[in-house]
Amino acid sequence: MSELKRTPLYEEHMRLGAKMVDFAGWNMPVQYTSILDETKTVRENVGMFDVSHMGEIYVTGPDAIKFVDYIITNDFASIKFGEAVYSPMCNEKGGIIDDLIAFKVDKETAYLVVNAANIDKDFNWIKSQESKFNVKVENRSDEFGLIAVQGPKAEEVLQQIADIKLKEIGFYHFAEGRVKGVKAVISRTGYTGEDGFEIMVEKDATVTVWRDLLDLGVKPAGLGARDLLRLEASYLLYGNDMNDETNPLEAGLRWTVKFEKEDFIGKAALLEAKEKGLTRKLVGMVLEGRNIARHGYKIFSEEGEEIGEITSGSFSPTLNKSIALGYVKTGFHKKGTKLIVKIRNRDAKAEVVKLPFYRGSVKSKK
Amino acid sequence: MKKYTKSHEWVEVIEGNKAKIGISDHAQEELGDVVFVELPEIGSELKKGEAFSTVESVKAAEDIYAPVSGKVTAVNEELNDHPELINEDAEGKGWICEVELSDLSELDDLMTEEEYKKFIEG
Repeated sequence: MSELKRTPLYEEHMRLGAKMVDFAGWNMPVQYTSILDETKTVRENVGMFDVSHMGEIYVTGPDAIKFVDYIITNDFASIKFGEAVYSPMCNEKGGIIDDLIAFKVDKETAYLVVNAANIDKDFNWIKSQESKFNVKVENRSDEFGLIAVQGPKAEEVLQQIADIKLKEIGFYHFAEGRVKGVKAVISRTGYTGEDGFEIMVEKDATVTVWRDLLDLGVKPAGLGARDLLRLEASYLLYGNDMNDETNPLEAGLRWTVKFEKEDFIGKAALLEAKEKGLTRKLVGMVLEGRNIARHGYKIFSEEGEEIGEITSGSFSPTLNKSIALGYVKTGFHKKGTKLIVKIRNRDAKAEVVKLPFYRGSVKSKK
Repeated sequence: MKKYTKSHEWVEVIEGNKAKIGISDHAQEELGDVVFVELPEIGSELKKGEAFSTVESVKAAEDIYAPVSGKVTAVNEELNDHPELINEDAEGKGWICEVELSDLSELDDLMTEEEYKKFIEG
């Protein structure tokens, strides 16, 4: 087995006594104190995550904007410079290669922040499309550190060491500034359902920014809390809730697919899927009692017909309920539909609910 | 005196052939925050080495294996409302069930506290 990769903050995690796990080939902190405590800290106050393992793929050149607009399903052409967009990137069949955030820097520069597990796959795919346009595609993932500062107090705390007015950075916007002297790109983005920022810095400066945030009392939170927070906020996790075989329409990401765009990879297949009618849909469920549904558990109708599978599930400490995401056959996706989830040898009752399960302090796009 | 299994359960004879069963402090630490414990039914028969309960943490569900064979005479109902007792006191207030041992000699195969400590450090 090859060595696990380390982020620039590896030594910091060791020093803080984090429990480490293998995540997509990276040695990452799953928790520092307790997943429940860290979740609560982010929901009520502010916490920070090392997300340096995520990838940064740069697209530069005269066709940069047109190119990104073509490889993702969401609209990239008409957003402003300094604005970013969440989007799936699909293959020709409409299957999701990855979900990412695309940042529009200037008319010849854009970059994509992608899932750690998919960096090579994404880069190879994007590279394979390069020749149709006048662009240069570079994988610059190893050059940067990324820290997510999340929680209702994120702005107040980060403002103490940032030299730009954070109030002026809107949701899914970003700006260049300095964090206590360190050059950084600060975006109002996140994966927790709370307000917050992601700070991208040069790799060697990551520890400095992390320590400055620690000094301000920002508590570190691990991948365990991150997964729980994103599930409560109903953000999908690539590899769990979607993969190359699922399309954005059935994954509840219809809002990220802009059919009005002239062309984008997967458009024809997605249009066809839409016209034919979707066979399955991703839904949110609440389970009775403390039954916890996990990835791969089967879902049945009340009549006992197998109709789908759980993709993510846990006990939500914020809602004090057992929640899950999963795909069900179309027709069983409506709010209030009663379902059965097979948990080991037991039948657990569940009901389809409206998403998100929980909405925190996260801003919305104006 | 507690005896331990390689799968991180403990068993402690409280009197005669009655014993309490739970998971070790090391096991709870590995599991992280426990949010649900599936208790066995009173009167059910445990068979040494077979799964009889499941402890769910926010991360995963872990099967708990019977360290000994016997009939369940009591379960720790407290865990229904306070599964976190397992994190707070795995080898005390976080016990899972009480059994009537069917074969006391089964205890001989298990590790002493000292042996278990060496085992997890190993």
